[in-house]
Amino acid sequence: MAFKQVTSPHAHSAQKTSNVMQLVLLATVPGLVALTWQFGWGSIINVLLASITAVVCEAAIVHLRGRSVAFYVSDYSALVTAVLLGIALPPLAPWWVIVVGTVFSIVIAKQLYGGLGYNPFNPAMVGYVVVLISFPIQMTTWVTPLALLPEGVSHPGLIESLHIVFSGYTPADGVTGATPLDSFKHSSGLLVDQIYQRDPLFAQGIWAGAGWEWVNLGFLLGGLLLIAKRIFTWHGPVGMLGALALMSALFWDSGSSTSPGSPVMHLLSGATMLGAFFILTDPVSSAVSNRGRLIYGILIGLLVFIIRAWGNYPDAVAFAVLLANFAAPFIDNYTLPRTYGHTDRRRATEKEEG
Amino acid sequence: MSQTWVTPGGVHPPENKHQSLTQSIGVLPLPEKLVVPLNQHIGAPAIPCVEVGQKVLKGEVIAKAAGTVSIPMHAPSSGVVSAIEHRPIAHASGMLAPCIEITTDGEDRWIAHEGVDDYEHLAPRKLLEIIANAGISGMGGAGFPSAVKLNPGRQRPILTLIVNATECEPYITADDSAIRERAAEIVEGIKILSAILDHPDNIFIGIEDNKPEAIEALAPHVEGTGISVVSFPTKYPSGGEKQLIYILTGKEIPSGKLPADLGMVCINIGTTYAIKRAVVNGEPLISRVTTVTGDAVGVQRNYETLIGTPVSHLLAHSAFDEKACSRVIMGGPMMGFTLPSADVPIVKTTNCILAPSYAEIPDDEPAQPCIRCGMCAEACPVSLLPQQLFWYSQAQDHERLEAHNLFDCIECGACSYVCPSNIPLVQYYRASKSEIRKARAEKVKSDHARERFEFHKLRMEQAEREKEEKRTARREAALQASAAPSNPSSSVPSSSAADIIAAAQARAAAKQATPEQQQAQLERTIAAAEQRLIVAEQKLAEAIEKGSANQSVLSAAVENTRQKLEQAKAKLAELTA
Amino acid sequence: MIELIAQNPILAALIALVGLAIIFGALLGFAAEKFKVEGNPIVEQIDELLPQTQCGQCGFPGCRPYAESIANGDAINKCPPGGQATINAIASLLDVPAPELDEEHGQESPVRTVAYIREDECIGCTKCIQACPVDAILGAAKLMHTVIADECTGCDLCVEPCPVDCIDMLPVAETLTDWSWSIPKKPGQLIATDTRGELSHAHTQGGGA
Repeated sequence: MAFKQVTSPHAHSAQKTSNVMQLVLLATVPGLVALTWQFGWGSIINVLLASITAVVCEAAIVHLRGRSVAFYVSDYSALVTAVLLGIALPPLAPWWVIVVGTVFSIVIAKQLYGGLGYNPFNPAMVGYVVVLISFPIQMTTWVTPLALLPEGVSHPGLIESLHIVFSGYTPADGVTGATPLDSFKHSSGLLVDQIYQRDPLFAQGIWAGAGWEWVNLGFLLGGLLLIAKRIFTWHGPVGMLGALALMSALFWDSGSSTSPGSPVMHLLSGATMLGAFFILTDPVSSAVSNRGRLIYGILIGLLVFIIRAWGNYPDAVAFAVLLANFAAPFIDNYTLPRTYGHTDRRRATEKEEG
Repeated sequence: MSQTWVTPGGVHPPENKHQSLTQSIGVLPLPEKLVVPLNQHIGAPAIPCVEVGQKVLKGEVIAKAAGTVSIPMHAPSSGVVSAIEHRPIAHASGMLAPCIEITTDGEDRWIAHEGVDDYEHLAPRKLLEIIANAGISGMGGAGFPSAVKLNPGRQRPILTLIVNATECEPYITADDSAIRERAAEIVEGIKILSAILDHPDNIFIGIEDNKPEAIEALAPHVEGTGISVVSFPTKYPSGGEKQLIYILTGKEIPSGKLPADLGMVCINIGTTYAIKRAVVNGEPLISRVTTVTGDAVGVQRNYETLIGTPVSHLLAHSAFDEKACSRVIMGGPMMGFTLPSADVPIVKTTNCILAPSYAEIPDDEPAQPCIRCGMCAEACPVSLLPQQLFWYSQAQDHERLEAHNLFDCIECGACSYVCPSNIPLVQYYRASKSEIRKARAEKVKSDHARERFEFHKLRMEQAEREKEEKRTARREAALQASAAPSNPSSSVPSSSAADIIAAAQARAAAKQATPEQQQAQLERTIAAAEQRLIVAEQKLAEAIEKGSANQSVLSAAVENTRQKLEQAKAKLAELTA
Repeated sequence: MIELIAQNPILAALIALVGLAIIFGALLGFAAEKFKVEGNPIVEQIDELLPQTQCGQCGFPGCRPYAESIANGDAINKCPPGGQATINAIASLLDVPAPELDEEHGQESPVRTVAYIREDECIGCTKCIQACPVDAILGAAKLMHTVIADECTGCDLCVEPCPVDCIDMLPVAETLTDWSWSIPKKPGQLIATDTRGELSHAHTQGGGA
């Protein structure tokens, strides 16, 4: 009798990379539903278009690299990148914006670096930043949230939305508008209270701007689900949200005309929750240890606030995440966990004495 | 109930322990052949002290301990030694190792043996001797000779004795069933240990809370003995020595140190039973409880198995279905290793034979790329960063691996267990560890070679120099000798009369020394030549007797030797005259 | 003077630049002297990396002479016993690209070998003893010789001089104590022709033997 020789352990938990990716996809559903409810069909179209592009690109590149296509595409990682990018892009953006962003994400930011697991930067955010810089007008045109639509105007229907996306047809007036972070950026000279009163975005909202608060709450819900499922630990998101809240509280300046906005607004506006639970938790490009991920999250929180408050762009999650990606290896070097039986934490490059 | 601490990391694989606990510990029919490997423990292999064909009785010593860190082997049953040769053994490599094979005679007749009841009054040294002679090594893990472990030296008094009944690996129930059925004897074994260690302050039996029956079985026996049974939440790997010590005491064994350095000793509970049998009953370690489990065997239960029983014998009596079996594992599903064949024997550390079906342990999926999800770091019980170790293993970056404390990895497999990309992490660590060890050994070897080479060079240079010096000395001497008679005054034109006298005296002294030496040398030459002559003459005589072809050569040699001898004798006469 | 400079901005720039160059040059020179790193001489470091077989396959009488030659700019790929691992190590030390092993000097042997003297055939000529660079051969004139296997570096310098060809280079057998698992194939490198069925053996090990 001859038996197979296999290394231990022989038992494996049932969770595979594809399961992890599927769970992440599932967790985006509440946020995506909120987006669709508040901003119409645009986001769904974004996500679908990005997904198709991503899978096609991934398959093509994997094929070019002479690897097994079925094996790699079935890990769902390209889909996750595409869905996150589709969510991040403005609804009803022209189709070519989405395709260019996705192709850049998958081909340049991911596959050219060696594919899943080898990319130093978050692919979705690389794609996002590329189109943000290249096509600023298309990228800063957001759909008006449901509550603020003028009387008698509604979000374009599915067919009409497709039409807008693919033929460049300009949507009816009043369907596009500023985001809460935009209006804060462009309302210097006004007290925060004044902004809240004058801008219907805030007047109609409960906490942080009509529509946006629901979207953020949706992503928060999905994120909590992922933490409960132990897909990632609390360290990154808590680090980022904590730093963002702390910074905005410190610079709140009791609502003066130079105040960058309240903690609640910062936490529930823009891409905060999407970033905290879906972008910076991308394990490939983040720091490694729990302590490292906490620091990494804090760094992103700080950068998000700094760019939002004093930078040129109204929102900053993409830039903050990319900058923190640069810093991840450096953070790793200083955040080795203390191993059992050792007295000191050390730097990764140091050898223990004796 | 004493306090317990919680280790970081850990995993909760399905326990699968109930299958083998439905029946009590069974006994198998005597196998036809028993194969006892000589190296079942950490340390030097035992040295056989029997011969092929020799009759042995059950419990008779068949191999002696080779030094202190070694243990003797005993015949597990009576019979005839039928082979002492290399056989496949329980090792992941599937390599052969020296074994003693005994063909059993079916009588199972014991050698005369006697135990001591009054162990309390025996000197610890004497008790340790009994344990060493009984061939007891740790029965839970690596198999370290118990007598060595229990004798840490006087400078390290043992204050805490920890008995490891954790049995955290899934499927294995050998300790659990042994405690249920033999609690009294186990506790007596612990009392013996306590006597050896001069009654430590704390004696803990550490046990996971998934064994309530075992805890209950121990309870009446430990009452009033000072032994506390400490149960703690089930988590793999709580049974690692370092992990258990932390759970029970909150102390960490510093890297590179032993528990004894902190005044602790950790002993497997199966070993305490063996110690009781050795001391009180006088029986050496020749059998142990082994779990046979997995869905590919029809009967899943524990057996009191003789050491040396081939695995095939166990499987044959457990309704083994080879076709349904995905692999045969010695040990548990987390740290056990696959057996190359069923011919390998059960050894002193074999707590389990696991024959899982494909449904239980399917073939491994191909590994996907690491996405650095960090689940492995969450699971690691010693707070390493497994994925970093994995990257550096791939890159063979030994320096970084050591900086990331690769050598603190206990190879528990928790990281591989949770890895969603199915990467065989532990194999990377094992391979890297041995690569680093090899590199270290090679470094030592090459340093040593460099030293030897440099010494060799030095020696050659020195020899050369000496030769050169001699040559110049001789040349000068010759020069002087040729110059002196022709022009004695000019060679030392400015020398005073005293100098000339001194030089003459020195020359005379040198001449006086040489004849003596020459004489001695000549005498030696003569003696040797005489010897050679005798030998040569004998050879010649033989050759003549046999009518050999080389008579002429030999006679020439004899003549030659004789001439040389005569020359030497003549010289000697000349010298002494 | 100042007027002249003011009138000729080119002159001003020239003076400023030359002044700066002098100041920084002095500063750098001072720093170089003051904070000189007392490093291990490069020859020592290279010698550390060489396998110390002293075999002379590189064309130098021993490892150290070769290390000295490398320090003076010789090619780093002349050491077959060290093989690619040594070449890579020296390349990373010297910060140069690692070339392939130069086949002219011999081939890298996959297994370590040691010399073994067939003692029945040995005539006791001591030629191998003289050839051994690390004094690993024991024996005397007209008496049988033997190799101290632990000291032998496997350089095979003793094979050539033996007049009766009684020296073999035997591979060192793997034992239970030095057997080890090998590094598995890199994950995520499955090629298109791989099928799932074959993949199931992706990290099975063929055993050491």
